[in-house]
Amino acid sequence: MIPHSLLLQAANPQLPPAGGGTFVIFTVVKMIAVFTVYMIGVALLTLAERKISAWIQDRHGPNRVGPGGIGQPFADGLKNFMKEETYPEAAYKPLFILAPILSFIPALTTWCVIPFASPLPTRWGRMDMVVADLPVGFLFILAISSLGVYGIVLAGWASNNKYALLGGLRSSAQMISYEISLGMSTIPVLLLAGNVTLNSIITQQAYGGWNVVNLTLAFFIFLVAAFAETNRLPFDFPEAESELIAGYHTEYSAMKFSLFFIAEYANMVTASALMVTLFFGGWDVPFTARDNIGPFSGWLTLLSLVIFAAKLLFFLFFFMWIRWTLPRFRYDQLMSLGWKIMLPLALAYIIVIAGVILVLETAGIGPGAMYSSIMGVVNIVIVMVVFTILDHGRIISPAYGRLESVRLARLRAVAARSPLATGVSR
Amino acid sequence: MAINVKVLDRPVEDVSYVKATLKGMGLTLRHLVNPHKVTVQYPEEKWQISPRWRGTHRMLTTETGKAKCVACGLCPTVCPANCIKLVPGEDEEGNRYPLIFEIDEFRCIFCGYCQEVCPEEAIHVGRHYENAEYSRAGFVYDLERLTAQTHPVCEMWDPDDPKGE
Repeated sequence: MIPHSLLLQAANPQLPPAGGGTFVIFTVVKMIAVFTVYMIGVALLTLAERKISAWIQDRHGPNRVGPGGIGQPFADGLKNFMKEETYPEAAYKPLFILAPILSFIPALTTWCVIPFASPLPTRWGRMDMVVADLPVGFLFILAISSLGVYGIVLAGWASNNKYALLGGLRSSAQMISYEISLGMSTIPVLLLAGNVTLNSIITQQAYGGWNVVNLTLAFFIFLVAAFAETNRLPFDFPEAESELIAGYHTEYSAMKFSLFFIAEYANMVTASALMVTLFFGGWDVPFTARDNIGPFSGWLTLLSLVIFAAKLLFFLFFFMWIRWTLPRFRYDQLMSLGWKIMLPLALAYIIVIAGVILVLETAGIGPGAMYSSIMGVVNIVIVMVVFTILDHGRIISPAYGRLESVRLARLRAVAARSPLATGVSR
Repeated sequence: MAINVKVLDRPVEDVSYVKATLKGMGLTLRHLVNPHKVTVQYPEEKWQISPRWRGTHRMLTTETGKAKCVACGLCPTVCPANCIKLVPGEDEEGNRYPLIFEIDEFRCIFCGYCQEVCPEEAIHVGRHYENAEYSRAGFVYDLERLTAQTHPVCEMWDPDDPKGE
């Protein structure tokens, strides 16, 4: 008989569990709980998206299945399960089947390193409210989230459809361009935290103020890049209904299409969670600095979970809000924004922030009120410069951008004589 | 290379992406919190249709329940879509009545001429639009069906009262 003390031995609630068995059980419990909540949340998000889009467009949205349409996602799920799976004759079947899986799994996997509440003390030891507390947390997210693009590219290629292929191509180009500025924009955060574990980033923000206050520009770049990474409007080029039918998932039906759909929302949740963690203090309860050193309690866990959920939901709403506000960019505008503006901006920002940190350190100013206020002042100056001067009087890759100047001058001369410009009708 | 594309100067001095985005977000948020919902929740709520709506036909009846139609033949004559089939009959007293009176609602263009031309005010176009059927044959309304309809009938346009007051 195995003594139960080996599996679940009583331990100090404030310290991590000593036994490996407890750790495994904790992890399994967390995995099941997080997976369940995540999948139901994603299902409800599809409803939320449709509802919000409806309200923004002065409609009602789905309201037939259950009160307020709450059963709609489950009706959709059922429909997708029952539907016939179609395989295009010319599709390369193994990859065609693999693609939705490849885009679905990374979307789920990234979530597992995001801390979503303060540690929960139990009688078997402290339970960290993160499925896997990896020491390389942030790098893991960058690595896995960029795998999602393989699903899209393979789907586009394996469908053997020109629209799907174009969607896949655009997706890969877009991901590569924005992955770089996404990574670059987080370097100032890591510089401030001095560590890549998400927990230490949260701790740093609890003491030094949320990063959005100190590193607004990094947040802005991250936000724009996150929209591109999750293929959401105004950067939904892989789908681009008006140009590419449905882009990479043109040929997919039933549950395979549903997997792409779930993956999109799962990516959105992960991107929102990342923004919350990196720039909005994660589960840190605002205006308290003591909540991430012990003693922990169940109430604190609950409170921080609610705070995290509130921040997360705000960003999910923000994603939808933007989607139903902005139209899609043109493809060359997307590229030019990514390479000519976002990337240089992110690089310059790293240098400025690194410089400020170096100056502060050589001056002997450690983390504290002085440090935060200097960072704040620098931040205000940078925001003023970028959002008033750099954003003013410029068009990203205008339609005439590719014309030669001589030809452009001739066209402009024609335009100036046209009734449209002179106001005289013939 | 685009040849005939007109390139007009945009007022580049005033362009600001961030400002424009925030402005647009403000607009959508205003609609989100205060939507002007105009959708009619159809099966439960129904749209008030105009008194001059011309829908599927209805044959009015006398007090005895017989169709008012005297089979004069004016409506099939005036019908531009040729959708009314009329076979007149005559009873012992010499009164004409329709033996067969059928309207093919698929051919009908709902012009309302039949109602205007009818001397007995028997055939009317109705204020009605829920006409789904399972077969094409179901859209050929015979006399029995036309008299059994109960929906309100159209008030034709009156030249003396053009606004329907």
